[in-house]
Amino acid sequence: MGRITLDQVTKSFGEVNVIPPLDLTIEDGEFVVFVGPSGCGKSTLLRLIAGLEDVSSGQIRIDGNDATALPPAKRSLAMVFQSYALYPHMTVRKNIAFPMKMAGVPEDEQKRRIESAAKALNLADYLDRRPGQLSGGQRQRVAIGRAIVREPAAFLFDEPLSNLDAALRVGMRMEISELHKKLDTTMIYVTHDQVEAMTMADKIVVLQAGIIEQVGSPLDLYRAPRNRFVAGFIGSPKMNIFEGEEAKKHNAHAIGIRPEHLTASKEGGTWKGTVGVSEHLGSDTFLHVHDTGLDETITVRVGGEFDAHHGDTVFLTPEQDKIHRFGADGLRID
Amino acid sequence: MATAQSRSAARLMMTPAVVLLLGWMLVPLIMTLYFSFKRYLPLRGGDLGWVGFENYVRFVTSSAFWPSVQTTLIIVGGVLVITICLGVLLAILLDQPMWGQGIVRILVIAPFFVMPTVSALVWKNMFMDPINGLFAHLWKFFGAEPIQWLSQASLPSLVMIVSWQWLPFATLILLTAIQSLDSEQLEAAEMDGAPALKRFWYIILPHLSRAITIVVLIQTIFLLAIFAEIFVTTGGAFGTKTLSYLIFQRVLESQNIGLGSAGGVYAIILANILAMFLMRIVGKNLD
Repeated sequence: MGRITLDQVTKSFGEVNVIPPLDLTIEDGEFVVFVGPSGCGKSTLLRLIAGLEDVSSGQIRIDGNDATALPPAKRSLAMVFQSYALYPHMTVRKNIAFPMKMAGVPEDEQKRRIESAAKALNLADYLDRRPGQLSGGQRQRVAIGRAIVREPAAFLFDEPLSNLDAALRVGMRMEISELHKKLDTTMIYVTHDQVEAMTMADKIVVLQAGIIEQVGSPLDLYRAPRNRFVAGFIGSPKMNIFEGEEAKKHNAHAIGIRPEHLTASKEGGTWKGTVGVSEHLGSDTFLHVHDTGLDETITVRVGGEFDAHHGDTVFLTPEQDKIHRFGADGLRID
Repeated sequence: MATAQSRSAARLMMTPAVVLLLGWMLVPLIMTLYFSFKRYLPLRGGDLGWVGFENYVRFVTSSAFWPSVQTTLIIVGGVLVITICLGVLLAILLDQPMWGQGIVRILVIAPFFVMPTVSALVWKNMFMDPINGLFAHLWKFFGAEPIQWLSQASLPSLVMIVSWQWLPFATLILLTAIQSLDSEQLEAAEMDGAPALKRFWYIILPHLSRAITIVVLIQTIFLLAIFAEIFVTTGGAFGTKTLSYLIFQRVLESQNIGLGSAGGVYAIILANILAMFLMRIVGKNLD
C-alpha cells in the first residue's frame, strides 16, 4: 500500500519560498517521476515526502493517514540517495541488514530477505565486500537492496543514476523499471533527465520553480504539453518554438513543432533554409537549419542516410496536425 | 618520480634532511647508551669507569621504578579517555550550526596555545589552591571542606590539568573528521529507522574511528614525556612521579648521569612497545 497525497504543501527556507502551495496525489503502485531543471524544487519535494525536511504548511497523507509530523522512520518509505549513502565501514550484507536490525526483524527473517534481495539484484557474490570495493553500478544496487528489504509502502529515488556512466545508466534504468513491475510498489523518482522520465514513468510531474507545470503520462505530455515550458522540456531534441508571422498564420502567439514532425527534402517545401550543423547518430540525423525566415534555428530529424552537409539548402515541411499552438500567456491553445 | 633521473634527484635532495634527522636521533641515543654503562657522577668524581649493567639493575630494583611506570600509564590512559570522550562530544556540539560559531571554536582551541608551564600554574593557583582557589570557594559555598587538590588528589588533578591542555587538540581533529561525514549517510540512517543514539553508535563513531586512533597515537607520544606540569605543581611528590620525572630526578637531583641514562633506555623501550601496539591498531584502521 502506498497512496501518497500532498495537500496544500508549502516549503520556505527563511524568506525564500521554494514550494508554493502544491497539491498532488500519487496512487498506489504508480511509478511517478518528478522532473524539472536544477533548482526547481523536485528534490526538496521528495525530501518533504521522506520527512527529511519539515513542511512549512499543508499536509502529507500516506495511505490516508496524516504523516506530516511523523519522523522519517515511521513513514514506511525507503529512499535511495544520489550518493547512494552506503555505510562505508559495513559489508554489503550489514548495509542491507541495517534497516532490519533497527526495526528488530528476527535474524533468520533478516537472512531470508537479504538472500532474496541479493538474488534479485545480482549481489550474491559481493555480500561480504565493503562498498569501497564495489563499482558504481554495484553500489547503486546495494542501495536499492537496502531499500527493498524494508518492504516499504513506497520507494523514493533521488537522482539515483546521475553518478553512473551512460551505458550503465541505461541498464539501471531497465532494472529499476523491472523492479517496479515485480514489486508493484509505489515509486517516486526524481531526475533532471527527461529521457529517464519518459522511459520509466507511469506519471510524470513536471516542476518549475516549485510549481507543478503539468502532470500526466509520458505520452500525454509529449502529445499535448500544457504550456511552452513543458513543450520545451519534454522531448529530445527540444521542440522548435517560434513566434512572429508564422505563428500569426495559425492564430497563435507562438507555435511549436517537434524535430520528428518535420520532413526535409531537397526539392521543395514550406520553409527554405541552410543546413548548419548536422549531427549524425547513425539511425537518425539531426539537422540544424538556419535562415528559414523564422526567428529561431530549426532542428529537424531526418533518416540516418539523408545526405546533407553544412551549407546545403533544404526545404522543411511540418505535419500540420502536429503543430502545437501557444497563446501569449504561454498556455496551450486547443 | 617516474624516471630514473628524477628518482636520483629526489634522493639527493632528501639527503640533508635524512642525515640531519638521523644525526639528531642517533647522537643522543648513542650517548644515552654510552653513559648508561658508566658510573658517572659529575659532582662526585666524574667518570668512574665502566660498570656493565649495574645502572640498569639499580634503576629497576629501586622502589620508585614500578610506581613511576604505573603513574605514567595512569596519566596517559586517563588523559586519553577524558580527551577522546569529551572531544567527541564537543566535536558533535561544535558541528551544530549556532550563533557565534567562529568565536566559540576559537575559544575551544585556545587552551592548546597556552604553554604547559603557564597552564599548570594557572590551574594550581587559580583553581586548585585550597584557600583561595575557585574550587575551594565553590566547595565552601556548598558548605563542604575544600579539597587539597594537589596533595590529596594529586593524580586526578594532574590528569585534569593535562586533559584541559589536550582536549582542544582532540576536539579539533575529531571536528574535522565529523565534518567530512556525508550528511546523506546520516539521513539514510534516519530513514532506516535509527534514532539519534544509534546513528551516533553505528554511523558517526565508526566514521570517527580513524581520527580517534590518530589522536591516541599522537597524544600518547607527547603524554609519555609530560614534565612541566608535574614540575611546577607537585614536583614529583604525592605519587605523581612519572618515568620521565624519575629520570630527571636521577640525573639532576641525584647527580647520577649513568643511572638516569639507564632509565632513559627503559623509557625508550616502553615508548616503543606502546608505539608498536598503536601502529598495529592504526594500521588496522587505515586499510
